[in-house]
Amino acid sequence: MPADHWDAPALTRDQVAYLAGLARIDLTPAELDHLAPQLAVILDAVARVREVAGEDVPLTSHPLPLRNVFRADEVRPCLPADEALAGAPAVEQQRFSVPRILGEEA
Amino acid sequence: MANLTRLTAAELSKRLGAGEVSSTEVTEAHLERIGAVDPAVHAFLHVDADGAMATARRVDDRRVAGETLPPLAGVPVAVKDVMATRGIPTTCGSAILAGWVPPYDATVVARLRAAGLPILGKTNMDEFAMGSSTEHSAYGPTHNPWDLGRIPGGSGGGSAAAVAAYEAPLAVGTDTGGSIRQPGAVTGTVGVKPTYGGVSRYGLVALASSLDQAGPVTRTVLDAAMLHEVIGGYDPMDSTSLDAPLPPLVEAVRDADVTGLRVGVVRELGGDGYQAGVRARFDEVVALLSDAGATVVEVSCPHFDYAFAAYYLILPSEASSNLARFDAMRYGMRVGLDGVADPSAEQVMAATREAGFGDEVKRRIILGTYALSSGYYDAYYGSAQKVRTLIQRDFAAAFEQVDVLVSPTAPTTAFRFGQKLDDPVAMYLSDVATIPANLAGVPGISVPSGLAEEDGLPTGVQVLAPAQADDRLYRVGAVVEAMLVERWGGPLLDRAPQLEPSA
Repeated sequence: MPADHWDAPALTRDQVAYLAGLARIDLTPAELDHLAPQLAVILDAVARVREVAGEDVPLTSHPLPLRNVFRADEVRPCLPADEALAGAPAVEQQRFSVPRILGEEA
Repeated sequence: MANLTRLTAAELSKRLGAGEVSSTEVTEAHLERIGAVDPAVHAFLHVDADGAMATARRVDDRRVAGETLPPLAGVPVAVKDVMATRGIPTTCGSAILAGWVPPYDATVVARLRAAGLPILGKTNMDEFAMGSSTEHSAYGPTHNPWDLGRIPGGSGGGSAAAVAAYEAPLAVGTDTGGSIRQPGAVTGTVGVKPTYGGVSRYGLVALASSLDQAGPVTRTVLDAAMLHEVIGGYDPMDSTSLDAPLPPLVEAVRDADVTGLRVGVVRELGGDGYQAGVRARFDEVVALLSDAGATVVEVSCPHFDYAFAAYYLILPSEASSNLARFDAMRYGMRVGLDGVADPSAEQVMAATREAGFGDEVKRRIILGTYALSSGYYDAYYGSAQKVRTLIQRDFAAAFEQVDVLVSPTAPTTAFRFGQKLDDPVAMYLSDVATIPANLAGVPGISVPSGLAEEDGLPTGVQVLAPAQADDRLYRVGAVVEAMLVERWGGPLLDRAPQLEPSA
């Protein structure tokens, strides 16, 4: 048990709305009403990882030791442009066509 | 001629090799079966009849020409819709990818094609493999062939139901926390999660990259071994692929023997949280292993009690990052905004993800975003990573005492539709026994263990082995299967109700 007495903060509806913004999901008010209490329950259930996560325990991010992998620096075939673009919502001049990135006045 | 859809892949392989039957006939029989029962089962999201028949004809031609073909050439297979298939739609059970046709094959798919297996189609799944029931598919759930009012497990319920309903002799799935093994248990079929890195992840749409692993979904242990040998092995296209040969798996089935093998019963994966009938069938399997000459002991893996909590932090964290690729720019859905003349990319992205993702995906993305946010990172994601270390240590200590671990695969039999849909934590607990293996990267198999007395539905036993000792799964699985089939007087699936062909 870690020395500090850290209580898991309750996840509020406002916080869920803020997180959804970060995750780029336009949740509706009805969804917020539905999801926020569920997320609070889930968070409560998973917060117990704190009980055994002592300071002396190393972190593991992966089941196996990771190593860097290089391939030979040789040209090899890749997807032709038309295939790479085949699933795009919009295409222009052999490129992905996307909505504006900047504001009108920028 | 015997009903070709009732034969195992091993038996089909033998008859195809002997020229007693053609792949065209076998593939046609399965397509007919799909046409007859899939309206009720809904295991498939897409059936590629033309592609499957074209492959079958090619294999038949090559065989007639005297070519030596791989063992499973001509035996049809169903592919979970999370794997990229060139020219065949791939949706991951999500509306956001409706109609997407990948321009390339996943390595698993490329290997199936190279080995001459006709691909029947793509199987249903919980959206982006998030779920334990297939109820989170945007295209409607798959129905369990044992009781059409119940779930087939998940996320790979489509693959499991397809083999259980004799729509395909073989299928492939992916297992991030139990998505191959738990559907196997609740449909009376066999499912294997190989060692992490043992099967390439290239071309699998990623859920949680440090947990995902593809594997076989079959009706028998031998069939699983044969399929595992086709799809497994080193792939330079996956940076986490193990650069080592697979242990001999088919041989492990053929020479199956547990004499002197040390089997550990995991104390933490049993008890009150498990349905009585699941426990009863599991206890019988343990007794059988003992009768067969194995040494059975109880082992404790104390941190397995925390695996579920760690998993539901690590998985959403990785998923929230992986699913950022669905941004409405390069593939998939893009929606317009009502009343906004010239929306920004950010607005389009948020509106598309709102429209394209289902509830469970939204829940997990938001949970992962929270767990990774500064201020909470150490408390949640960091602590979960420490638990992961502790679970790996539990496995290491256990495998010093025993050769394999055993437990029930799932705590309950198949539940009814809707029963856990709005109680995410109850749904998540379906994977409580399968999650530890993914956190540690070790391999696991689920083999049918019988029917629970209280509801007459299938139960499964799980065998876990150390990393890269996948052959032990097959050795033990084959012994359990042989002893139980002898006791039952035939395969468990023979007791499943007959499905009525739809009009």
